[in-house]
Amino acid sequence: MSEEQTETGTGWPKPADPERPAGPGGEPDPRPDAPDPDELSPLVPRTEPAEDGAGAEPAEGAAAVSSGDGAAAPAGGGRSRVSTASVMIAALLALLGFTLVVQLRTTSTDPTAGVTRQEDLVRILSDLDARENRLRQDIAGLEESQRQLRSGEQGRQAALDEATRRADELGILAGTLPATGPGLAVRFESGAKPISATRVLDAVQELRGAGGEAMQISGGDRASVRIIASTYFLDGENGSLVVDGRRLTGPFTITVIGDPATMRTALNIPGGVVASVQGDGGNVIVEDREAAEVSALHAPIKLEHARPVS
Amino acid sequence: MIAVLALLAGVVLGVWLDPSVPAALQPYLPIAVVAALDAVFGGVRAKLDRIFDDKQFVVSFISNVLVAALIVYLGDQLGVGGQLSTGVVVVLGVRIFGNVAAIRRHLFRA
Repeated sequence: MSEEQTETGTGWPKPADPERPAGPGGEPDPRPDAPDPDELSPLVPRTEPAEDGAGAEPAEGAAAVSSGDGAAAPAGGGRSRVSTASVMIAALLALLGFTLVVQLRTTSTDPTAGVTRQEDLVRILSDLDARENRLRQDIAGLEESQRQLRSGEQGRQAALDEATRRADELGILAGTLPATGPGLAVRFESGAKPISATRVLDAVQELRGAGGEAMQISGGDRASVRIIASTYFLDGENGSLVVDGRRLTGPFTITVIGDPATMRTALNIPGGVVASVQGDGGNVIVEDREAAEVSALHAPIKLEHARPVS
Repeated sequence: MIAVLALLAGVVLGVWLDPSVPAALQPYLPIAVVAALDAVFGGVRAKLDRIFDDKQFVVSFISNVLVAALIVYLGDQLGVGGQLSTGVVVVLGVRIFGNVAAIRRHLFRA
């Protein structure tokens, strides 16, 4: 058994251990100021100092002696016990170093989870919950402001569309934008007398009264003039017509956008434009157009005196 | 000498293997380590007092560790694990300080 015990363990070298005190107990405490027994280490044998003496462990000692090791004196039995205990101590200390390092590494690699207890985890969790709530509120507020901005943008877009539409309408009325749509082409062919400006002006006013929205007048050389509110007509030389300062030669064609039936009716009323021109010996040819093109432009009028009221 | 070598071997082994602590042992391992440190310091002090005993050291080492872990386990079951482990650490710290003071008196005569 002594051999087995010396060979057990983890293969640590058998300690010579010459410095071991022969008798651990029995010595009086050398320190003058010996502390209270309660403060002493549990290793200090105070109650039974002689317990660990030479023959203090009958079972082991007897086994060692009775193992038949002839050379084994009581000192030999003590030696085997010492080596067994040394192996145990070495194993325990190795375990201590191992766990110490493991614990240190665990704590250093994961400083939160390793040493965190349940209540700390609960506190961390509640902190995270509160933080999540705050962030959720932030998200809600930001989404609200995003929605407001988006609706504001939509309102702005609608206002812009409205303004654009209005600008287009006004541009068509003022003659600064080309226009297209259903309408008429009214062609004046002069007879013996040239077409007078009065007739043309009558025709323009008749067309306006019948709902004509955009008009232009073209001469024989394809020159076109947009007819707007301030357009004037003068009789020129040799049967020509001066429209807004431009000289047009016959035959003249008025292209108008509006309801064709209404305007045709307006031109053909008895004593109206057609009748007057035919009375002068000329002729008026009215043609329906699916898409009458009013492409001549009038330069924008610069207002010097009038200001919008707003 | 063997003890120091064994301690170093354990440290080297821990560094080399680099194991991870099982979750079930995580609350008890630090307390066990502190208890073992207390036992080691007590052993050093007893050695210096020339009253060191192998068997007593082994028994006190193991019982220290087990009792400390048991107290912490009991505290966890009772819902006062944090406070109880703090108390164990304080008690062991006081004992370690006392042992270290004795060792210091031995070594430096002061």
